[in-house]
Amino acid sequence: MLSWILEPLQFAFMQRSLAIAVAVGIICAAVGCYLMVQRLALLGDALSHSLLPGLAIAYIIRIHLYVGAFIAALVSTYLISLIHRRSPVKEDAAMGVVLSGFFAAGITLITVIQKDNKIDLAHFLFGNLLAVTADEVRDTALIALVVVVSIILLYKELLFFSFDPQGAEAAGLPTQRLHLGLMMLVALTVVASMKAVGVILVLAMLITPAVTAYLLVPRFHHVMLASVVCGVCSSIAGLYLSYYFNLPSGPAIVLVLSGIFAIAFAWHQWQKTRAPSATIF
Amino acid sequence: MTTLSVSHLTVNYQQVPALRNVSFTLAPAQVVGVIGPNGAGKSTLMKALLGLIPVVTGTLTYGDRPLSQQRQRVAYVPQRSHLDWTFPTTVWDVVLMGRVVSTGWLRQFSTASKRLAMAALERVGMADLRDRPIGQLSGGQQQRVFLARALVQQADLFLLDEPFTGVDQKTETLLFEVFHELAAAGKLVMVIHHDLGAVVKEFDRLILLNKELIATGDRRQVMTADNLLRAYGGLAHFGQAA
Repeated sequence: MLSWILEPLQFAFMQRSLAIAVAVGIICAAVGCYLMVQRLALLGDALSHSLLPGLAIAYIIRIHLYVGAFIAALVSTYLISLIHRRSPVKEDAAMGVVLSGFFAAGITLITVIQKDNKIDLAHFLFGNLLAVTADEVRDTALIALVVVVSIILLYKELLFFSFDPQGAEAAGLPTQRLHLGLMMLVALTVVASMKAVGVILVLAMLITPAVTAYLLVPRFHHVMLASVVCGVCSSIAGLYLSYYFNLPSGPAIVLVLSGIFAIAFAWHQWQKTRAPSATIF
Repeated sequence: MTTLSVSHLTVNYQQVPALRNVSFTLAPAQVVGVIGPNGAGKSTLMKALLGLIPVVTGTLTYGDRPLSQQRQRVAYVPQRSHLDWTFPTTVWDVVLMGRVVSTGWLRQFSTASKRLAMAALERVGMADLRDRPIGQLSGGQQQRVFLARALVQQADLFLLDEPFTGVDQKTETLLFEVFHELAAAGKLVMVIHHDLGAVVKEFDRLILLNKELIATGDRRQVMTADNLLRAYGGLAHFGQAA
């Protein structure tokens, strides 16, 4: 058993992959809790799809890819809220429009530049966890640190704002700045996750651990901790499955997450039949 | 004496005029009922006072300064139906939210804040249920938790939007007890109420609205047939209005 666990770790590429998978598992699972309770799951999807054109442009003008991706994600959030505020278009519809437009622009740009360059569209769409470099591990760790520290420092304000935005605003909290801050954390998180699972499956890393934890525990910080445990375990288990069974690593992680969710859902149903009065929702 | 003055207030709600040229002055140490038919602008008035929606014209003054500069003196209890009761949080966590702003950024809740939260929960009879998820509370219990959250803010002006909707008799009695205690301590309590039933007697003063100020004063001055006809048209029935 022990050798089964230790064997992959003798390879430097597996150590790097594991480090990124764990870091991404932590921050996606934590940030995803806010998206879940604010009913913004789709926004996580929109942000991750919209960072593609930023990546491509960053590559062309030779700046750090993460910086380009982060800016594109923020621009798309801004456009979504602009369309929503300035017209009768609902927020989810605005997300659909912006998400698909940015995604198409990203695919077009990357397809054009990948003819002459060593850049592979598939790696961004589906991730390429087993090929991460030491620099990428460092950048991801740095982003993870920023996200985790921000959540800890702003915990009570973000909780109040997420639960009762009007009450928080009436009490004097700067709710628009809190919302913007949260969107920046989501943008940072999806940028950091791109290498691990790709932009298409990031949504699973954000939402599935959060909803799994929501079915199991009743307080927000417990939900967040359980979500992080679920995210980290799935990242590690998915990576090992990927190593031993030669599976694509991103989808393997997401499949483990989905499996854990299915178990949590079954447990929740069983609890409900056992004590129907104990659960109201 | 901290007086709340609303002067020539006009507010739009989603581009439609919701309140026109409303003026009144409220002295502290009283419980004020804001009444009027559906769509009369009662919630709009409260949201304008809270700075949640922009004021088109008019001024809001509390004491000798604009109300907008004194948010920390105002506690708000939103309509119960506007909150997400499936949110993963407990009674205790919700009450502590009332201490977030006074605690300040980057700080944890102090022992004094926790003591205040405990005292408020005891006052509303919810101390035993402090670890209960909010989704498992009855309507009356939910309302008492939000009253406790307002109490820990240690405000001078309390604004409550329809706190009596869907609550049991015990909670209704308790809410009025607490309101009168607050008034006795010199606070101003404003309560939106949607019917003209017996509880109207409990208010020291009434504000009757229907897009504009119909009447304000004590119950005898406000609840006249003429005023009610102007506010409700032909729909007013004493004891149970739509």
